[in-house]
Amino acid sequence: MDLKELYQEIILDHGKNPRNLRKTENFNKDAKGHNPLCGDKVHIFLKIDENKNISDISFEGSGCAISMASASIMTDLMKEKKEKEVKELVEDFLQMIKESPEMKTKIINENEKTKLMSLSGVKQYPMRVKCATLAWHTLTSAMNNSQEETNTEKFD
Amino acid sequence: MNVNNIKKQFPIFNNKVHNNDLVYLDSANSSQKPQMVVDRIYDFYTKEFSNVGRSVHYLAVAATNLYENTRTMMQKYINAKDPNEIVFTKGATEAINLVANTFGQKFLREGDEILLTELEHHSNYVPWHYLRKLKGVKINFAEINNDGEITLESIEKSITPKTKMIAITHLSNVTGAILPIKEITSLAHSRNIPILIDGCQGAPHLKLDMQDIDCDFYAISCHKMYGPTGLGVLYAKKKWLDTLPPYQGGGGMIREVKKEGISFGDLPNKYEAGTMATAQVIAFGESIKFLNQIGIENIEKHESELTKYGEEVLRKNNSVKLVGNPKNKGSVLSFTLDGIHAHDIATILDEDGVAIRAGHHCCQILHDKLGLSATARASLGVYNTKDDLDKLNESINKCKKIFDR
Repeated sequence: MDLKELYQEIILDHGKNPRNLRKTENFNKDAKGHNPLCGDKVHIFLKIDENKNISDISFEGSGCAISMASASIMTDLMKEKKEKEVKELVEDFLQMIKESPEMKTKIINENEKTKLMSLSGVKQYPMRVKCATLAWHTLTSAMNNSQEETNTEKFD
Repeated sequence: MNVNNIKKQFPIFNNKVHNNDLVYLDSANSSQKPQMVVDRIYDFYTKEFSNVGRSVHYLAVAATNLYENTRTMMQKYINAKDPNEIVFTKGATEAINLVANTFGQKFLREGDEILLTELEHHSNYVPWHYLRKLKGVKINFAEINNDGEITLESIEKSITPKTKMIAITHLSNVTGAILPIKEITSLAHSRNIPILIDGCQGAPHLKLDMQDIDCDFYAISCHKMYGPTGLGVLYAKKKWLDTLPPYQGGGGMIREVKKEGISFGDLPNKYEAGTMATAQVIAFGESIKFLNQIGIENIEKHESELTKYGEEVLRKNNSVKLVGNPKNKGSVLSFTLDGIHAHDIATILDEDGVAIRAGHHCCQILHDKLGLSATARASLGVYNTKDDLDKLNESINKCKKIFDR
């Protein structure tokens, strides 16, 4: 495994200049996530409209390039998605990061899938998988309105 | 002292990591093991194994003698007055828990205060934290200065009439600051306060003399001293071990057990309930031999020179920021790199066979104080060379290349 596959340009770009790194005004759902082993932290804010669409999503936090890029790419993709679609996307992404060679969902296009697949380099680095999945688990907690802080130790 | 010969005694260095020679810079986390320690575990299990302190057969007597021999070796190594002042535990963590639990039970009341420092490892904070809920005690933290040091003055300022215990590290596992523990002990005793030293980072690197330091408790982690995992040592003055209640109950630590009540055994059995880490204790005797063969003074000198060299190399590298700048510094080099998170650094270095630690190093209080979420840490052992530090620097430059694409 080449390090350049783990640290692809798209990851470095999103890692250094994360999109949606802010706090949604008038958010109506949120959740905090924490990776206790390495200290990565993320706080996801959602504004879900009356049709159960995500009208805005943002995050605050700090962490390594992988965790920041993952949160950045994820929040970009989730905008305007329906609640049901979010669930499907999260499941498909986690499946891909853990074992599946590709993403199966039809909700996003090939270009968007390629962006997410750029995070698959962590498969070769088992200790770093949690960095890539933190934002996704936290998004699930936010959707479920869970008040308990998401802790990657409980998931991966 | 010939580092190449010393390194040859560590079989781990015969292996490649990602096709590179191993550059092991994580000894503050755990040290590698010399062949003689590994062999001793094998030999004990294959030729001499028995439980200790119970049966009267040949093997049991021989194993008991070997086990007790390590206790005496450790007593001499740290110049304790009495071998019964050496208690084996499952680690330094258990050693500190033992003191917090038994001292707390017997001597602490609501409103009493325990003084720690901002440098403490979680294992010298969390055990005391339990007493907040159980006993209503308060925990205070002596503050570090801008160089990441704890001075005698900082401790003095934080002592109050309610301080009932001082528990401080000997050597910070993040800034490398070596605390003036002898002076702090003397100050504590002048106020009638007992003192516990967390010696996890001190014991593998510095000459220890318990009678000279005069501390009440000193906790040691054996796996950081070129010894096996699952083993720690609590040094405690005999007067405390005689006074404090037992910690865990079980076989081996009792005198008489009746339906109506139980009386407890004498030292050192009182604090060693159940079957102990027998093979580890016996193999740890070899670690002490290993340290004695080289001489702790030589180790101190070697590591101090290397630390200075490492500081020099990293200071010249403009993108590196060292964490802390203590005048009296142990062999720990914590750093940050502009724009690159510690975990990304550690992953990139690993590809070159350079093993460091990244994160908060079990010191969240300190990292919060420093305003850092994570740091990278290179820590040294007896087998490290200047070449290792040059390789560290080269790999750090590679991080920049990857991230500046």
